[in-house]
Amino acid sequence: MTPHDPSPITEDELHAYADGLLPDGRRGAVEAHLAAHAEDAARVRSWSAATAALHAAFDTVLDEPIPARLTPPRARSRLVPRLAAAAALLAAGGAGWLLRGAVGPGESPSVGAPLAHQAAVAHAVYVPEVRHPVEVGAAEEGHLVAWLSKRLGAPLRAPHLGVQGWDLVGGRLLPGERGPVAFFMYADASGRRLTLYVARAAAGETGTAFRFSQEGAVGVFTWVDRNMGYALSGELPRPELLRVADAVYAQIER
Amino acid sequence: MSEQDRIVEHIPRLRRYARALVGRAGEADDLVQDTLARAMDRLHTWRPERDLRVWLFALMHNLHVDQGRARRARPEVALGEEALAAPAPGAGEPPDVLAHRRLAWALARLPEPQRQVVLLVSLEQLTYDEVARALELPVGTVMSRLSRGRAALRALLQGEGLGPQLEVVK
Repeated sequence: MTPHDPSPITEDELHAYADGLLPDGRRGAVEAHLAAHAEDAARVRSWSAATAALHAAFDTVLDEPIPARLTPPRARSRLVPRLAAAAALLAAGGAGWLLRGAVGPGESPSVGAPLAHQAAVAHAVYVPEVRHPVEVGAAEEGHLVAWLSKRLGAPLRAPHLGVQGWDLVGGRLLPGERGPVAFFMYADASGRRLTLYVARAAAGETGTAFRFSQEGAVGVFTWVDRNMGYALSGELPRPELLRVADAVYAQIER
Repeated sequence: MSEQDRIVEHIPRLRRYARALVGRAGEADDLVQDTLARAMDRLHTWRPERDLRVWLFALMHNLHVDQGRARRARPEVALGEEALAAPAPGAGEPPDVLAHRRLAWALARLPEPQRQVVLLVSLEQLTYDEVARALELPVGTVMSRLSRGRAALRALLQGEGLGPQLEVVK
């Protein structure tokens, strides 16, 4: 408002004014400047007009149907069949090959069975993946653990199983019955894979001993510890899987 | 919601920006497709604390730069004289179609670094800081490109008698 422009208006501030990015404290000063400088006012008007014209010309793209080829490759060729495969396994329920032997007709599943089943489904779906078995690789273990901990709302750790011959491949986030699930994958020197599935336990389940389920070819050890459910899955002999489960349990307990 | 789902949510805006940046719809969607493929391959490098949209624009920018180098290395067809003139009204053409064609014509004449900044600010409504991150530039460079780009766009549109029409659009 002062005739002497004590605090000169910069070119950047004119743009910020036109773009609605100017701090409130400077708005009055810029408006006073524009009232006194017709050419700057005309420039600012032309910028706003060009912005409006750009939206008028290109916003219609937002309403166009997205061409099929732009569905992300992973979502189309990998994720969707993978989810469909998992859904088919889940829908098959007690008759599915994964559950054969785990739950007999008329028998209600044990506490560990849903967790074991879900973990075995995830194991069966992701272990055959060659290119993208995990979302975040072991090289970024710190990030992986921080990310999954944040999403589960509980401090997690990826057990180190090198002594047992298993190296961390990486991990991913999965949807589960009670929210997000952390899923870690390990591989041994011969290329076999193990997965560790970590989910929030049902209310009231604070701790259980190991349970073993055989879900088709996949053996699963499950347990609950401090409100978290764990399932270690692998196509290995039961004693070998148990040794790894012991190591996982010991590290999480620590 | 998975990161893939979040990326899918951004596809319409990636397409809008690519359409304005590249011009032709088919080429623009090619760029979006390449961007999405790269995003899927590099999802492991994205950090939850990073703005996914800014990251996607950064990927698209880098791809566009790479492809621009390839285009310049093997030029296709020389532009004809008609490409240099501003579009004239066609018989019975609605005014908004002409305005769109002239705007596209003027955009195509902006130096690409300026076009990117003008579009990311005006069309995609990124903050200056977000544009700087997407294009990997200092904010000062973003501001000078924005200023020069807007001046050039204004001159192109006014020079073709579109200034008053644009004022009306507002």
